[in-house]
Amino acid sequence: MIDGSMRGIGVIEFRDVHKVYPNGTVGLKGINLTIHRGEFVVIVGLSGAGKSTLLRSINRMIDITQGEIFIDGKSITRAKGRNLRRHRRDIGMIFQSFNLVKRMSVLNNVLSGRVAYHPTWRTLLGWYPRADVEIAFDALRRVNIQEKAFERADQLSGGQQQRVAIARALAQQPKIILADEPVASLDPVTTDMIMKDLKRVNRELRMTTVVNLHFVDLARAFADRIIGLRAGEVVFDGPVHEATDDVFEHIYGRALREEDRKLEGMSAYGAS
Amino acid sequence: MTTTSLPKAPNVWRRRMRTGVIILVLAVIYGWSFTDLSLNTKGFAQGWLITKNIFKGLFSPEWSYSGEVLMRLFESIEMAWLGTFIAAILAIPFGFWAASHKGHTYSIGPLSGKWVLSAIRTFPEIILAVVFIVAVGPGAFAGILALGVHSIGMLGKLYSEAIENIDPGPIEALEAVGANKLQILWYAILPQVLPEFASFAIYRFEINVRAATVLGIVGAGGIGTPLIFALQGYAWSRVGIIMLGIIVAVMIIDGLSGYIRSRLV
Amino acid sequence: MALRNTEPTQTGLSTLPQPPKQLKKNLSRMLWTALFLVTIVGAAWHTESDPRQLAMGWPNMWRLLSQFLTPDWVYMKKVLPAVYETIRMAIVGTTVGAIIAIPITLLAARNVTKNRFFVFLSRTFMNLIRTIPELLFAAIFVAIVGIGAVAGILAIIFFSFAIIAKLTSESLETIDSGPLEAMTAVGASPLTWIRYAVMPQILPAFISYTLYVFEINVRTAAVLGLVGAGGIGVPLNTALAFLQYDRAASIILLIFLVVLLIEALSGTLRRRLI
Repeated sequence: MIDGSMRGIGVIEFRDVHKVYPNGTVGLKGINLTIHRGEFVVIVGLSGAGKSTLLRSINRMIDITQGEIFIDGKSITRAKGRNLRRHRRDIGMIFQSFNLVKRMSVLNNVLSGRVAYHPTWRTLLGWYPRADVEIAFDALRRVNIQEKAFERADQLSGGQQQRVAIARALAQQPKIILADEPVASLDPVTTDMIMKDLKRVNRELRMTTVVNLHFVDLARAFADRIIGLRAGEVVFDGPVHEATDDVFEHIYGRALREEDRKLEGMSAYGAS
Repeated sequence: MTTTSLPKAPNVWRRRMRTGVIILVLAVIYGWSFTDLSLNTKGFAQGWLITKNIFKGLFSPEWSYSGEVLMRLFESIEMAWLGTFIAAILAIPFGFWAASHKGHTYSIGPLSGKWVLSAIRTFPEIILAVVFIVAVGPGAFAGILALGVHSIGMLGKLYSEAIENIDPGPIEALEAVGANKLQILWYAILPQVLPEFASFAIYRFEINVRAATVLGIVGAGGIGTPLIFALQGYAWSRVGIIMLGIIVAVMIIDGLSGYIRSRLV
Repeated sequence: MALRNTEPTQTGLSTLPQPPKQLKKNLSRMLWTALFLVTIVGAAWHTESDPRQLAMGWPNMWRLLSQFLTPDWVYMKKVLPAVYETIRMAIVGTTVGAIIAIPITLLAARNVTKNRFFVFLSRTFMNLIRTIPELLFAAIFVAIVGIGAVAGILAIIFFSFAIIAKLTSESLETIDSGPLEAMTAVGASPLTWIRYAVMPQILPAFISYTLYVFEINVRTAAVLGLVGAGGIGVPLNTALAFLQYDRAASIILLIFLVVLLIEALSGTLRRRLI
């Protein structure tokens, strides 16, 4: 039911993308890459290196100043109005601060992922078709939180809220999932759970997944492919097994430290 | 893979009842409200004509009248100035009366103080102005008294809140060195609250300038009097110049007062 | 051994160290205070304010005030329909004003409307309307639509929507931007975006502000009749014109009681919202 393969396959292409902010800061410089269907890509780099800019330019939460970005061959850079919204409908996004509507129930939050499938008046009244409610419950089951469906979103813990956010993204029946530092505000155990959820969805549904992380060990544990950014440029792009400590130090421009590893001490996660 | 029955929301019936009751109550209130209003209006066409005239008059104000406007505006501003000044001072004891301290009693019973201030605030200024006109005759003095008394209500409340929020540190320190109540007031309390008091007073002055323009409508002086005459005489150009004066004056005073207040606190 | 000769050393008792510029600050402070007092006295003189007048007029006022203690209950009952009309005016006016305030609020909030020009326009519009006192609006509307409650309702509508819109738009700018981002990312159309991201966050504040303005409007509606705009101000105006102070006092007392009642009700409602 949440199989996104119905509407396209989730290929992202960056063509000579630049982003310069109004105050002159360079966000992205000369980005050229293609992300293929079903890849689990982790973008790493220091804060300010451009990870967020890169990720958010995929669904145009941030507008680029030069170049073009294609989703399944169609330019999202030139899309406007309803076209743009349709693109966004097919891309699910997960945020660091979950971004749920606190006073709404979990179920309604997940259903709000479906709004772009229906005419405005239906969504204003909250008249979702039964099929949508089934999709919503399916999504909740996938992240194992269906028992909280009728509780208010702000009654849940951080990890639970993020799972609801994932369910909301899944309810969109997307072809791509973007996650902007999804685990930065979670404790290590919950972090592990959420990353595993994302990985599982990626495997089971062949869902292209792009995640921003600034933890080295997490990146290595979950990524298929790692893209390293420094000062807005891609300085590394390769399969995870090629991303050694040296590579990371090259991306970060400094030696690795304690705080670059989240799951310190938990076995089976990366070297030392 | 369709499930035949989806989980239902708990407490659905209780929530539906509550919504139903709210809708019922609102229906009753609004049903009552929309009946029996004395809607005797002039014809729509006539109203539209008058509106057009008003706009014409507003956009071609009677510039020759601006001298009188300035003088009367000045009177309104003076009314607000004096009234606020009186209130700013008289409200201080009220502020202390209504402020509830934890342990320090300058207050005889803060609840009674709050109640008195609330009562004063509820009394519409216009009616107060009317009462004072009965006492001292029409003119600016009645307006000043009305503004003064009414402002004590709001200023007293703001003062009391400021007093309740002061830093108890300096008070403790002075108690520790053995100062008496008056000294504590002077050295620990007043230095903290006076800038806030002044800021509140200036804010109230802004409001009182608006109120002063209105009080003239009932005869308490200021620009309200020529305004109501012009309105009832359908002299729209004159209304225009008066409104222009009021708007400009209020905007200038609002701007100035905002600036001074930001420099105070 | 007694401590003698505790003479201060030669260098320095004559002038204690003073903080720099203290003299200038003191002088300027005294100057401002003097100036201030001059304006007060000047204004008092210019407006012919004479506290002695107060003393002279006191017996008159006392007569009026004492009427408050002996209200004319029979007359109050007669005047009750006018009170109902006042409350109706306030309800209708506040409701329509609140409804009109909704689009203006959205236009005036920087996190909802991206076009700076519209934000500026709506804010200026609101500020302009707020400078005009309600009684003035009422007087103007009486000229347009004639005497009666409609003029009062129109005045209340204008007054209400400007204030509700200003208060709500300021609250609106402080809401959590998270859900706003999320609904953009999901691809919601503008109205849907407002319904899901904005509305749930701002609704309690909006209703609270509306109730607050309603309280003010009941007070206002009571006096709008003084310019003929309906409500209980009309019999009040008549009573005053005919110097029937006993009736005027009864009306004033009635207004006072009604306003207190409404404020208590509205106050409890507001507290249950937040």
